[in-house]
Amino acid sequence: MASSFIYVTFIRTTPDKLWTALTEREFTEKYWFGAHLVSDWKTGSSWKIMLKDGRVADTGEIVEIDPPRRMVIKWQNEFMPELKAEGYSRCVMEIEEMGEACKLTISHSIEKDNAKMIEAVSGGWPRILSNLKSLLETGAVALPDSP
Amino acid sequence: MDDDAVFKALADGSRRLLLDRLFRNNGQRLSDLCAGLDMSRQAVAKHLGILEEANLVAVQWAGREKLHFINPVPINQISERWIGKFELPRMRVLSDLKASLEKKPRK
Repeated sequence: MASSFIYVTFIRTTPDKLWTALTEREFTEKYWFGAHLVSDWKTGSSWKIMLKDGRVADTGEIVEIDPPRRMVIKWQNEFMPELKAEGYSRCVMEIEEMGEACKLTISHSIEKDNAKMIEAVSGGWPRILSNLKSLLETGAVALPDSP
Repeated sequence: MDDDAVFKALADGSRRLLLDRLFRNNGQRLSDLCAGLDMSRQAVAKHLGILEEANLVAVQWAGREKLHFINPVPINQISERWIGKFELPRMRVLSDLKASLEKKPRK
C-alpha cells in the first residue's frame, strides 16, 4: 500500500506563466515561504529545495519533464532523519488548460504505509498552492513567511 | 474556484462524513466509501459528484478503478481568508493578557 495525496487548484493564468512560477527561483521563493527550487529542469537533472538559511531541505531528480504540461520528480527529504529514512517519494505535477484558467494537479506519493514524508508534505502543499494562486491572480501572497 | 460551491458542498453532514473518511484513508473506491454507511451507493456517488464539482475531492484512475482523494486546497483558502486574518489580533490579545497578569504580584 502506498501513501498518497492529491492537491488540485484552479488558477486564472496561462500554462506558460504557471510553468514559470513552478520552476523559476524569483517566483518560487515568493510563495514557497522563502525557500526556492534549484534545477536546470531537464530529464535526469538533479533538483533541490533550498531553505532561506542556506540548508538543503529536499533533494531529488527530474524523472520526466514536458513543459508546460507535466513533470515527475523523485523527492527525498534531507534534514529530518526519520523522513530521509523513508527514501524517495514521487511527485507528479500536471497542468491542464481549462478555458481562462489552468487546473494544476499535484500528486505526491510514496510506496509505504502511513509515511511520515507524505504527512509532512500534506501540511505544506495546501498553503503553498494557496500562495501560488494568489501570487498569479493578484500579484501578492497571503502568507509570505512560514508561521 | 467558486466559494459558493465549496460552502454548499460542505453544508451537508453526509458529505462531511465522506471527507472525514477520506481524510483517515485517502484514495478510496466508491465501494470502500459505501462500506458501513447507512446510504445507498447512488446517494454516495451523488455526494461524491458534488464534492468533486466543488474541487473538494479529486479523482485518479488506477487501471479501471476510480480512486477518490480529499483535496484540502479549497478548505485552506477558506481558512486563510476567514480565519488566518483573525489570528494576529487574537495573539496580540493573549500576549497583552499575559503581560498584564504577570505584572500583578502573586498572592
